[in-house]
Amino acid sequence: MPENIPTGVSAAERTVRPTQMHFFAQEDQPIALASVDAPKEDVPPTSLWKDAWNQVKVRPLFWVSAALILLVVLVAAFPQLFTSVDPRQCDLVDNYGPPSDGHPFGFTRQGCDIYSRVIYGARASVVVGLVTTIGVVVLGAIIGGIAGFYGRWVDSVLSRIGDIFFAIPLLLAAIVVMSVLSDDRNVWTVSGVLIIFGWPQIARITRGAVLTVRSSEFVTASEALGLSRPGILARHIMPNSIAPIIVIATVSLGTFIVAEATLSYLGIGLPPTTVSWGGDISLAQSAIRTNAQVLFYPAGALGLTVLSFMMMGDVVRDALDPKARKR
Amino acid sequence: MAWYVARRVLQLIPVFLGATLLIYSLVFLLPGDPIQALGGERGLSPAVADQLRAHYNLDKPFIVQYLLYLKGLFSFDLGVSFSGREVSDIIAQAFPTTLELAVMALIIEAVLGIGVGLIAGLRKGGIFDATFLVVSLLVIAVPIFVIGFVAQFVFGVKLGWFPTTVGSDVSVYTLMLPALVLGSVSFAYVMRLTRTTVAENLSADYVRTATAKGLGRRRVINVHVLRNSLIPVVTFLGVDLGALMGGAIVTEGIFNVPGIGNALYHAIKAQDSPSVVSIVTVLVIVFLLANLLVDLLYAVLDPRIRYA
Repeated sequence: MPENIPTGVSAAERTVRPTQMHFFAQEDQPIALASVDAPKEDVPPTSLWKDAWNQVKVRPLFWVSAALILLVVLVAAFPQLFTSVDPRQCDLVDNYGPPSDGHPFGFTRQGCDIYSRVIYGARASVVVGLVTTIGVVVLGAIIGGIAGFYGRWVDSVLSRIGDIFFAIPLLLAAIVVMSVLSDDRNVWTVSGVLIIFGWPQIARITRGAVLTVRSSEFVTASEALGLSRPGILARHIMPNSIAPIIVIATVSLGTFIVAEATLSYLGIGLPPTTVSWGGDISLAQSAIRTNAQVLFYPAGALGLTVLSFMMMGDVVRDALDPKARKR
Repeated sequence: MAWYVARRVLQLIPVFLGATLLIYSLVFLLPGDPIQALGGERGLSPAVADQLRAHYNLDKPFIVQYLLYLKGLFSFDLGVSFSGREVSDIIAQAFPTTLELAVMALIIEAVLGIGVGLIAGLRKGGIFDATFLVVSLLVIAVPIFVIGFVAQFVFGVKLGWFPTTVGSDVSVYTLMLPALVLGSVSFAYVMRLTRTTVAENLSADYVRTATAKGLGRRRVINVHVLRNSLIPVVTFLGVDLGALMGGAIVTEGIFNVPGIGNALYHAIKAQDSPSVVSIVTVLVIVFLLANLLVDLLYAVLDPRIRYA
């Protein structure tokens, strides 16, 4: 009831029913508004990235996954730093040989050094993971960005095309294409197939983010100042929509590595001449009952790599998405 | 609601046409001559090759080939596999088994995932929550074929609780282990999704209102928190069917389940691309229809979708 809370009159003049609870500010004790609204001047203002960095740098999970990712990337880039044994130098005499000096994990059925194969196998997984993720992000961000920014018929056409690619499950699509591409199975074709069928997810996220940013004041201001539309898209909208893209991309990297391993396991991913974890796991399948180490090491390496990217994705999500943060 | 159903079904048509065209063009526009491949190492004489080309309509323009293929699809004529069997025959025989396996996996992942996710979300930060977060990360990180081998070895060979392979003896008991393996990855996703949404909804205004008006904790959680948390989970389960079918190829291969995934697995191993394409096309259609069903279910659950 508005008439019960008049302002500008002293407490004594107010007519309030005696039984009713009533609240009003005491005029002689003004609220110190300045102390409520004042910015904290001793804390410098931070950007989203600075804020995110402050969030992640105190989390042990971030450092653990960052160290693991760094290690895997290092192994993939310079495998010869970690082993001097050639992974293709196999000797049937060593068939399922136990670990020995210089061969810490033992030998495979063909007598290849497991440790060396695990080290050299990192490259295929990491390259497929990184190339696919970069490709998916570039393609998805461009298409999603254009769809969200230009709207109308451009949006409708691009979104429907995305729907079509999205309608085919990633692994099934990859199986069809790779089973036909029997002569050209390598790291690049596997990545290419995963990119072709993986981009709609990023495009959808980008489109959503762009739609949100597009209606903000600073975009209107840039338009009023005469910046061209591609200029606005590149200078203002994309940098402000990139956070959700990064989150999805980090998590997807792990799924792409698993997809590559699954294709190689099915025998339609990387050719047997390429040393890869998926291929080695496939070969180890028959030995699990007698020589589990043959399966354990490549599977462990694969799992640990995927795990580190997944954990990194979790950390990045928490840092970049304030809504998902723990309260 | 009728309007929503009609719109949703109409939307399916361009997606269906686009998806089949995409698969078809990818397979047939890629380099490589399927007819020469059919001949194997020695190669076919030009006359035989031409005759085969005419038989498979490969001498006609691309778009005509596609339309003939669509016609075949609608009349359940999916072509013949390299081993001489009708592909539609293979699918008709294998489909019920795969359906049973998929439904079992779906039930396992939904019940366990939602149950564990609910408890974890209610006690976010507790020991139960932390344990299952680690478990779910591990399950997601380890590829399904490794989980499959290990489960087969541990529960089938070592402990002997379940048969190691299914073979022709298909029953709920024999399919239990494959279904557990198949559902494991999605269990992890469902659990994480439920946990996040439950934790989020616990601090929602309507939950505070429900508590404030004096409802018991059980009722608040069952009716207000859980119902609202299930909406994204149901959507996920629909999309997840695609992953389930991909996983079925691997799982059915490992456990020798006589389903569609196994048929596809053997077709891949035998490099029988015509059968691979036909089977995948059917799976994509199943996926599209299942998603349509989920969308309709979603509209029933949440009135906001219907009227949007």
